Amino acid sequence: MNAPAYNFAYLDEQTKRMIRRAILKAIAIPGYQVPFASREMPMPYGWGTGGVQVTASILGPDDVLKVIDQGSDDTTNAVSIRKFFAKTAGVQTTTRTAEASIIQTRHRIPETPLTEEQILVFQVPIPEPLRFLEPRETETRRMHALADYGLMHVKLYEDIARHGHIATTYAYPVKVDGRYVMDPSPTPKFDNPKMDDCAALQLFGAGREKRIYAIPPHTKVVSLDFEDHPFEPSRTPKSCALCGADDTYLDEVVTDDKGGRLFVCSDSDYCEDRRGAERSP
Amino acid sequence: MSETDAPLLLAEGLTKYYGRQLGCREVSFALYEGEVLAVVGESGSGKTTLLQLLSTQLAPSAGRVRYRLRDGVTRDLAELSEAERRFLFRTDWGYVHQDAALGLRMNVSAGANVGERLMAVGWRHYGRIRGTATQWLDRVEIDPERIDDPPLTYSGGMRQRLQIARNLVTQPRLVFMDEPTGGLDVSVQARLLDLLRGLVTELGLAAVIVTHDLAVARLLSHRIMVMKGGEVIEHGLTDQVLDDPREPYSQLLVSSILPA
Repeated sequence: MNAPAYNFAYLDEQTKRMIRRAILKAIAIPGYQVPFASREMPMPYGWGTGGVQVTASILGPDDVLKVIDQGSDDTTNAVSIRKFFAKTAGVQTTTRTAEASIIQTRHRIPETPLTEEQILVFQVPIPEPLRFLEPRETETRRMHALADYGLMHVKLYEDIARHGHIATTYAYPVKVDGRYVMDPSPTPKFDNPKMDDCAALQLFGAGREKRIYAIPPHTKVVSLDFEDHPFEPSRTPKSCALCGADDTYLDEVVTDDKGGRLFVCSDSDYCEDRRGAERSP
Repeated sequence: MSETDAPLLLAEGLTKYYGRQLGCREVSFALYEGEVLAVVGESGSGKTTLLQLLSTQLAPSAGRVRYRLRDGVTRDLAELSEAERRFLFRTDWGYVHQDAALGLRMNVSAGANVGERLMAVGWRHYGRIRGTATQWLDRVEIDPERIDDPPLTYSGGMRQRLQIARNLVTQPRLVFMDEPTGGLDVSVQARLLDLLRGLVTELGLAAVIVTHDLAVARLLSHRIMVMKGGEVIEHGLTDQVLDDPREPYSQLLVSSILPA
């Protein structure tokens, strides 16, 4: 079925307009969480309903879409979202970072530097960086409004007191454009530096929580830290078993039940590129 | 009148109605730097309402509260923006709750509890924050070894002392205390009072202490206000009011203490 019953990219035009308005506002106030009327999508919450709605709203017929999940193009979430848009929008899809104009991601930012021609869409489970410190939504909003962010450092303090270093490894809080503290979604903190002064537009969509936020191109993004415990992007101190890269973010793969381990690049496209291997279509 | 002779806190005709129910009526007084004022009275006499009005947690139905900020300017607290009020609350003021769980973050370590205000005013050096927290724990007689334990694991008396440390770390000029010794056993109360008295004198704190315990008032305060049914019925020097009460109700209150 070529899905003639669907509007282009699944959502109706009025919904897309509403989401685009939220996106524009988010771009105008970097790091600020803009509420939007999130729709039910034909997938469960937690599978990227926010990211999918953002992608659907900005997608045009000439766009080339890449979807990654944990850096990989061929895991369930990535494959099904890619197929979803191939079917409902008929857009061209790719696995190559350099060829894509829109990249929807869960967790990772591609290793290949992004350009001004590209948009990165994040799927966000919990947009509120203060959520686990302050349960009241009314209070967190007020704290954002007043830039009352001392509590964020209490969390980092606790980390150091308990573990001797800042043990937060993902969803590491950042300050955007010197104003709003933002949760970069569960990206590993290894990727935080890539958000700073990134050439591509970065959009964040949280479907269940009904929030959209954004980092415009070339915006200053600073990871929070202490003077005597500076931010450190962490990675497994190994090199990729397939391509040999020693500067990429690695996934640990269990190979047998006798303790066998393999470390490979989490960005599958980047790894394949380095190996010059036959490419998957 | 020179700048430092001006009162720190000025209450003018403070009145609060909860609907038709009276909270407190026409309370006026001036509090000077380094002065401790005790507000005593039975339950329901409007003590806590008054404290909440003074600390801007409640808006008065009539009257106003003025405060002399660190820059020497006396301003009506209702005119401050919320950001300014919050800043005041975490720098120049302290608020000690009767229930320590309200004033502390029970699940984060004692060190972070004490350090929170410092981080809120921009301290970004872990070692220095921790060092200051250690000093303060020591000052309120909590074993610095326990700096990484959350207050959940502390006894009632320790929690109360931790709360005091958390409030005093930014060296406030004014501290509000709501029954600081309520719910503690007598020996722990005595120790806490001793500690408070030491700190108040040492730091030259001004304080408004709400209590129904006249012993607390006698030990800590310079002046005393007796409240009944939402109104101040007697106001004077502590020993004067306690030793020679004028109003019948004050006499009753004083005479109802069990002889030591």
